[in-house]
Amino acid sequence: MTNQDILVVLPEIVIALMACFILVLDLYLPATKKKKFGYGLSLVTLMVGAGLSIVYSEPAPVYGLNGLVLMDSLSAILKVGICISTGFVLVYSRGYADARGLWKGEFFALALFGVVGMMVMTASNHLLSLYVGLELLALCLYTMVALRIDSTAASEAAMKYFVLGALASGILLYGMSLLYGLTGTLYINELSASIVRHDGSTLPRTMALILVLVGLLFKIGAVPFHMWVPDVYEGSPTSSTVYLATAPKLAGFAIILRLLADGLGSLATEWQGMLLVVSIISLALGNIIAIAQSNIKRMLAYSAIAHVGFFLLGILTGEVSGYASAMAYILIYAVVTLGAFGVILALSSKGVEADLIEDYSGLNQSHPWAAFIMLLLMFSLAGIPPTIGFYAKLSVLQAVVNAGMTWVAVVAVVLSVIGAFYYLRIVKVMYFDDLATSHPGLQFRPKQDARILLTINGLAVVVLMPWIGKLTTLCEGAIEVLF
Amino acid sequence: MITLSHYLVLGAILFALSVVGIFLNRKNLVIILMAIELLLLAVNMNFIAFSYYLDDLAGQVFVFFILTVAAAEAAIGLAILIVLFRNRRSINVQDLDQLSG
Repeated sequence: MTNQDILVVLPEIVIALMACFILVLDLYLPATKKKKFGYGLSLVTLMVGAGLSIVYSEPAPVYGLNGLVLMDSLSAILKVGICISTGFVLVYSRGYADARGLWKGEFFALALFGVVGMMVMTASNHLLSLYVGLELLALCLYTMVALRIDSTAASEAAMKYFVLGALASGILLYGMSLLYGLTGTLYINELSASIVRHDGSTLPRTMALILVLVGLLFKIGAVPFHMWVPDVYEGSPTSSTVYLATAPKLAGFAIILRLLADGLGSLATEWQGMLLVVSIISLALGNIIAIAQSNIKRMLAYSAIAHVGFFLLGILTGEVSGYASAMAYILIYAVVTLGAFGVILALSSKGVEADLIEDYSGLNQSHPWAAFIMLLLMFSLAGIPPTIGFYAKLSVLQAVVNAGMTWVAVVAVVLSVIGAFYYLRIVKVMYFDDLATSHPGLQFRPKQDARILLTINGLAVVVLMPWIGKLTTLCEGAIEVLF
Repeated sequence: MITLSHYLVLGAILFALSVVGIFLNRKNLVIILMAIELLLLAVNMNFIAFSYYLDDLAGQVFVFFILTVAAAEAAIGLAILIVLFRNRRSINVQDLDQLSG
């Protein structure tokens, strides 16, 4: 093992060790200090992880641990994104989780182990490291959903998530085993060349491709493998929902890019058609069913399905500009979703879940600032200028049109316009409906740090607009070195 | 003479059985957990068969990792099952109907 091997996975090693340390420390500290130390240490760990990912980033791929993992700017950007968004998750969740007895050592340790899993996924160059990273994340997510052990909804959501997640892993693994049999290699960067060399019928390789694709689509929650998404978003405590709605999407993007675009790039014409169908039905089903929801978490779940469909449009172009636009899209989506769930968390208090859309009626009269931030975030999710959400949609559509699929872009725009309805309904309920009187009104009492970050997060969706071109340049640079 | 395709057919049959077990089972969640284990074992069968016929050890190493992860997964699955049973007093699949819409 050389120095370089260590440097490639240094952020993962640091975070994994700290997660173990926090878990053990939790046993020995007095109850009054537990929360403070766990919280502080977790935030410091995430910052260190992000810092190390930047410091040791390399523009061109550098392989480590016998080629199991690699470090390139794609993984560096996504690792920083994962660390920062998890840091935001911890800050936003504090008040909510504390009031429900979830704010304890397990929460921090699970969140950090999940981050390690996601970082391994973004850095994987081998089917084994990809699988182990994916499972590490998945096992942490199942547990975080079930963390609220007295809630029937949470345990039901965890069980559904567990069964479907395990099934998805199994299908993905079966596909991987067929790929291994066809190519004789487990290295992702060698798959592409070996699989076309395979002579004989194309049936086995098409089957392997379909199984891998189904597994991946299950994990990111695209239609028709989306059944778990709404139930898990609604049933789990909001502090876990915000975690599983943001950072894992970045890691999911990374494994799709690595496995499909890089590993199975020579079969692009085969998976492009499949992704096209999946992304259009995801957009249609997500956007249309979201209209009928009365629970805001469930609505955001269907919105997540629609957004997954949108970023898959960027992937299926099969071009560098398309991949870059998909990457920018998913990063922007993570920022905006964090803010939206942050507002829901800040409006929840002891015994009040703030998850029904009717709870938000007249929010502008009681808490104008919270309503304004929510308005910006909803505009951004709907893709209304001048928010970064508009830019994200625009760059994906541009890539799709440049790839000569104008009709796909038209369908995507039409379905997004349908989708704008339910985001704008939240705005209408907050600004034009009367203050809700039938139930206890929502209290906007986030902790000081959450309040500051929420304000930054909410304003960022508009203020960052002049610099958003830099993000695309960054993403394009990261992806160009891979192809 | 047992050839590679015999093993692959066995793996495919196990895989199909476990998927059917997950989707057709309407009774007991424990059976679903068993089906998940079977699913992973079907994959292991494939990996080992390929590993032997390709004369490449990587596939067998992969199997060790799958076995380890399967154990962790079973532990978490059973833990969730216990939490569910405490809250619901039932592990019937048909009773999991609180979340829908």
